[in-house]
Amino acid sequence: MSASAEATVLITHAVGLHARPSVKFTKLAKTFAAEVEVALAANGPWFDAKSIVKVMAAKAPKGTLLHIRAKGDGAGEAVGALVELVRRDFDEGADHARTA
Amino acid sequence: MPEPLRLQGISASAGYAEGPLFSLDRAASHYTVKATAADERAALEAAIGIATGRLGGLIETADSEAAGILEFQIAMLEDDALSGPALAAIASGQPADAAWRQVLDAEIAGYEASDQDYFRARAADLHDIRDQVLRALSEDDESTAPAGAIFYGEDLAPTRFLETDWSSGGGIALKAGSAASHVAMLARSRGVPMVVGLGAAGPSASPANPVGIALLDAEHGGIVLSPSPAEIEAFRRSSSSFAARRDKAETYLARPAMTKAGTAVRVQVNIADLSDVDGIDIATCDGVGLMRTEFLFGKTLPDEETQYRAYRKVLEWAGEKPVTIRTVDAGGDKPVPGLTVEEANPFLGLRGIRLSLARPEILRVQIRALLRAGIHGNLKVMFPMIAVADEYARAAALFAEEQAGLAARGVAQKTPPLGIMVEVPSVAIAPEAFADVAFFSIGSNDLTQYVMAAARDNTAVAHLNSVRHPAVLRLIASVVAFGREQRIPVSLCGDAGGDPASIPGLLEAGLRDLSVAPAQLAMAKAAIADVTV
Repeated sequence: MSASAEATVLITHAVGLHARPSVKFTKLAKTFAAEVEVALAANGPWFDAKSIVKVMAAKAPKGTLLHIRAKGDGAGEAVGALVELVRRDFDEGADHARTA
Repeated sequence: MPEPLRLQGISASAGYAEGPLFSLDRAASHYTVKATAADERAALEAAIGIATGRLGGLIETADSEAAGILEFQIAMLEDDALSGPALAAIASGQPADAAWRQVLDAEIAGYEASDQDYFRARAADLHDIRDQVLRALSEDDESTAPAGAIFYGEDLAPTRFLETDWSSGGGIALKAGSAASHVAMLARSRGVPMVVGLGAAGPSASPANPVGIALLDAEHGGIVLSPSPAEIEAFRRSSSSFAARRDKAETYLARPAMTKAGTAVRVQVNIADLSDVDGIDIATCDGVGLMRTEFLFGKTLPDEETQYRAYRKVLEWAGEKPVTIRTVDAGGDKPVPGLTVEEANPFLGLRGIRLSLARPEILRVQIRALLRAGIHGNLKVMFPMIAVADEYARAAALFAEEQAGLAARGVAQKTPPLGIMVEVPSVAIAPEAFADVAFFSIGSNDLTQYVMAAARDNTAVAHLNSVRHPAVLRLIASVVAFGREQRIPVSLCGDAGGDPASIPGLLEAGLRDLSVAPAQLAMAKAAIADVTV
């Protein structure tokens, strides 16, 4: 499989891609087989979107234009789903309740 | 008995606690080095497993705020990006504890170097993760804090907070720490008194160096170690008065505010950051009396889209209730890189609307965002630091121009009612020049500092800086009277609105609309109920 996809999305969450939002983001990324990466600029550096340690280390504050790219099986779906999650503001507020 | 010692910090969660001091800064426990690298590897993997399991156990009984923090920590612990480098260090001959500590300390340093408060505060979570695993590695029974203890030290781990039974009292006093940390959020939601920023000057309490009982006043942000009997007595009076006020206040929160005489008073909230609205039930207030927009103006100037989304979020949260957004009030004690200028006397210089009119291209971006957001709720917009009518006229003209521009491009928009802050004495003394504004909002902090000629940020003149001075109250009353005569709504959005000691004077001056910090909502309603006007 050589599918690949790339997109950008604006982070509007008050604290950016941190803590709770990054848990949701990496959990969702892990549901896809494709290799998924994020970056704060088109020319990188790129971080593994399935690693919360790496995603947190990207230090993306609110107002950041997040670049997401994926390679491999389901690349398009992975990028689409992650962009949607960021657009929905990580479902904060509406879906604040825990599921554990 | 040692001499009493007072330390002053910043309140992170209001309340009072009296109890034995429990030092958080004790030496780490001992780890027994294993025979082989394989044993070290197994020890680390087991310890991570134990720590993850303990966190999972805590989630079961945690509320959603705490569960979010725990889930974050578990996700970090389960990430190979942390364990991988540690296991590699073990393979090269390091013991498990040193390997783990080295990897985590490097991560922690990265967080501590951040220029964002929120990100720096996450360093405490990383410390917590590090120590959870180190604890599991050394399998040492950590001595537990006595019931009702005041935790005192550099910083407190969120899991340590959650493991502690706060039902018999206790509090948190941190030498460093931050009011934006997870622990501070937890403390506020659980009502555990907490003070941060006490500094490193205090004693290191230990069994060899007992400081006895400590008095934590997290209403005013101080702690007294080894207090005298007189100090204990005074502290208990303040503490029970606070408890009585808080208990009583809680019963008022859900009800509309009303004085003893049955006069209805509107109580709105002040919002300084988007995250503020997450903690407020809109049903408990009458809207947003002041939404500051300076938080959007950080290191870079915000674009129209960022502003539009922020305004829209608050408008949609408030539903039909009004949201009064203030155009950017930079300058004075609020410098913004790329916008404000260096001045010898910034409080009397290019700040508020003066700066916005000097840099209209920046104000125009904000105006377009406000016009577009206006269709999503009950928006009102006000201008800060208005001194003469011409400033209002020019700002309103910019609204009209941008509205026409958006309309010509077919962009959905709505012009909100435009009002002004009453904080420069010229407006309060001669309000008749402003008979055409939609509303007045009295900014009591600045009005007081300008009337009393006492800077807000100078503790040496703090005794002069009182809204209750007859000169200030008389000006407020005259603005209220002018508003009644002209049918212009008048509200107040300074700190005085949420101050129980100032509320009677404000209501006597005729005000019936106050906007207060979210944390003061219940106390303000309770104070209103005590007034006889």
